[in-house]
Amino acid sequence: MMRALASEDLYRVEKKDLFASGHRACGGCGQALAARLVADAAGENTIACLATGCLEIFSTPYPDPTWRIPFVHSLFENVAAVASGVEAAYRILKKGPVNIIAMAGDGGTADIGLQSLSGMLERGHNALYVCYDNEAYMNTGVQRSSFTPLGARTTTTPTGNTTRKKNLPQIAADHGIPYVATATPDDFRDLQRKVKTALAVEGPKYLHILAPCPLGWGHPGELTIQMCRLAKDTGLFPIFEIIGGQVTNVRKIPVKLPVEEYLKVQARFRHLFPKSGPAPEVAEIQEIANLNIERFNL
Amino acid sequence: MLKQLEGSQAVAEVVAMCRPQVISAYPITPQTHIVEELAKLVGEGRLEAEYINVESEFSAASVVLGASAAGARAYTASTSQGLLLMTEVLYCIAGMRLPIVLTCANRAISAPLNIWNDHQDSMTVRDAGWIQLHAEDNQEAADLHMQAFKIAEQTSLPVMVCMDGFILTHAFEPVDLPEQKQVDDFLPPFNPPNALDPRAPKGIGLYADPRFYMETRYILHRALEKSKSTIQQVSAGFARDFGRDSGGLIKTYKLEGADLAIVTMGSVVGSVKDLIDRLEEEGKRVGLLQICSYRPFPRQEVYKALKEHTNIVVLEKSISLGRGGILGSDVRWSFPRAEKKGRLISSYVAGLGGRNISLEDLRAMVARVEKEPVELEFLGLRKEIIAERDL
Amino acid sequence: MIEIRIHGRGGQGNVAAAELLAAAAFKDGKFAQAFPSFGAERIGAPVQAFVRIDDKKIRIREDVRQPDYLIVQDQYLIDSVPVLDGLKPNGLVLINAEKRPEELNLKTTATVETIPATEIALEIVGRPIPNAIMIGAFCAITGLVSFAAVQEAIMEKFPGKVGENNVAALERAQEIMQKRKG
Repeated sequence: MMRALASEDLYRVEKKDLFASGHRACGGCGQALAARLVADAAGENTIACLATGCLEIFSTPYPDPTWRIPFVHSLFENVAAVASGVEAAYRILKKGPVNIIAMAGDGGTADIGLQSLSGMLERGHNALYVCYDNEAYMNTGVQRSSFTPLGARTTTTPTGNTTRKKNLPQIAADHGIPYVATATPDDFRDLQRKVKTALAVEGPKYLHILAPCPLGWGHPGELTIQMCRLAKDTGLFPIFEIIGGQVTNVRKIPVKLPVEEYLKVQARFRHLFPKSGPAPEVAEIQEIANLNIERFNL
Repeated sequence: MLKQLEGSQAVAEVVAMCRPQVISAYPITPQTHIVEELAKLVGEGRLEAEYINVESEFSAASVVLGASAAGARAYTASTSQGLLLMTEVLYCIAGMRLPIVLTCANRAISAPLNIWNDHQDSMTVRDAGWIQLHAEDNQEAADLHMQAFKIAEQTSLPVMVCMDGFILTHAFEPVDLPEQKQVDDFLPPFNPPNALDPRAPKGIGLYADPRFYMETRYILHRALEKSKSTIQQVSAGFARDFGRDSGGLIKTYKLEGADLAIVTMGSVVGSVKDLIDRLEEEGKRVGLLQICSYRPFPRQEVYKALKEHTNIVVLEKSISLGRGGILGSDVRWSFPRAEKKGRLISSYVAGLGGRNISLEDLRAMVARVEKEPVELEFLGLRKEIIAERDL
Repeated sequence: MIEIRIHGRGGQGNVAAAELLAAAAFKDGKFAQAFPSFGAERIGAPVQAFVRIDDKKIRIREDVRQPDYLIVQDQYLIDSVPVLDGLKPNGLVLINAEKRPEELNLKTTATVETIPATEIALEIVGRPIPNAIMIGAFCAITGLVSFAAVQEAIMEKFPGKVGENNVAALERAQEIMQKRKG
């Protein structure tokens, strides 16, 4: 069930500083930008549930939390369950409609937190789950996660990750939830539209946001926006919505770029380009991009 | 060979030399450098082991449980929240008598979230049936891992080597690292008494109804008590083979004839020793009883060491909320009832959440307990940030 | 025992600086202990690292509250972080700054030295990471650890071109400080 939203409300870029400045994120942090966009799109009538991770650490140090909406944080693996509890309480207490947003990174979503995410989605709680995907456990020092892409160097995959990125949007959609979307923080309007659209839907919603990490990915902070564009235009991070189980609103790539253009500018992939020529993983990564392009008709 | 390196690195290098066959760990500050270094050693082919990157500590402990049950020498590391998340599995591992070695990079427990050092994590699982050894410095942390595998495999009990998170794990200091041959001579290959094998089928981890369960717990308790002699023997053997004192049940420093005995464990021992020497120059006689093996608790050894001491202060980085000091209680319990009279035993809780413990703080503690016994005191408590009603 | 506190921002190689000094002291036959005081991995956040050097085994485990020496890798920290806290009255603080010591107007009885480490780093190493220059200047001023030891420590920690550049930076800092003395 989707509430109709006026077009101008849906497409307006919101700036309310509900996630204020003065937090302790690294310069150029993709997640900080995304969190700000999410909070402002959701508005004041929102409760944020945070998982342990970069966002929580840099936005809630006592006595200076950055949030101007209520937030709760307990552990790394349970944010979806905590959000489920908040949602249940609001229902029984009849405190009126409120936006409940669970926020987590790789681990809190796909690994240690997968169990509680699955539970929240499967039980049908009326809450939005936002995953900030920076493709590794950045907060603890860049260790691999199930979101780490093929070939990426992390401290626990020092010679390059050998597994493929887990497809959480698909897993979320396969729980039969009404709304799933992917987004990147370089496109403010699109990301915020998706938050607003999600919050207007009754039931569990999943939003997967790619969050470049200058420190972990190995690129200058000022190129975070550029990294988003390259991820999209190579086909490695497709942008789409899944509404009622159907893929829709796919962002077509204006000019397709070879994956090298994305990989070469990040230190985490540098080892794939020795003097003797690109490593075989590069071709495999291109294949992954090609499959996405075909599958989503990018 | 003496090297200047980070504590985590020293531990990783020594663990690698112990030839673990399956390693599985989930990253959590401040244990990360240990597992990253091991990943590097495996990736570079310098350590032949299966290194399984898992999705949580619960799975890390479960993976090493399975590996150990199948007959492999298995290792993991965790701390704080991770250790608590694997609590269920820790009890299983002990109940199944699997000789797994785990490094606990001691850290505080949420909420609120705090990533710095204290002993609340290992204290929380002190009843799970694991041997718990506490390292004084990085040399001992490295040494204890070699001893841990040997003790574990001789007793069929899992061993947790506790080293203070950040304070030791991230301290860059000199450690004498052994040669591979020395470690091989000290630690023979793992020869499991029970392993999953179709050629000799055994069941590991059964369902035990009220007729049988109690006896399993009795046997486990007795095994832990008996492990005290193994812990001492392995430490003595280590001293012979490597030429230095490491591990064992307890150690003392200038304790004999001291007017005040400080009982403590972990890295704060270093600061306490320094304080003792300074006080000695000032004409005061203070001594140290250092607990190395927290589980099994060396009750007789503690009693013998403190028998002649009437003024004792227990300094710990832990607390049983709603009751008081944990080590403090253990020390009080070490005296038979008849010998409690006239003995002053003060309990100090310090360093929680990584709160710095300075020599000044320790001096103040000594000065206070010299005058009067202290039931329970939080060392260096910042009363000024506590609301009146909460005091 | 000598105690040193290093102030900087995450990403400026503060921990590396502490470890290099400790590694050098070790090579010189001394006992050394180095450790950081932060935890989370954040670029740009104010951080501290500590070093202790002594002729005998160092046993104490606490923050350095009364340093003999301060190394401040980012001068702009001075306004927001009490970097001078606890500095011994006759101690020394070395600051990464273009200004001369007197121009910084610091309220301290300790000796103040400055060196434009970021500028030199950009020139020689190609990145604004001042630690090698700061260590070089520190060694030249204090003589606490030998240059040879620091050079060896750098080459061990950063093999190849990176190490060579850092050693060059170290040498430039040494030149500058020696020129000042002379």
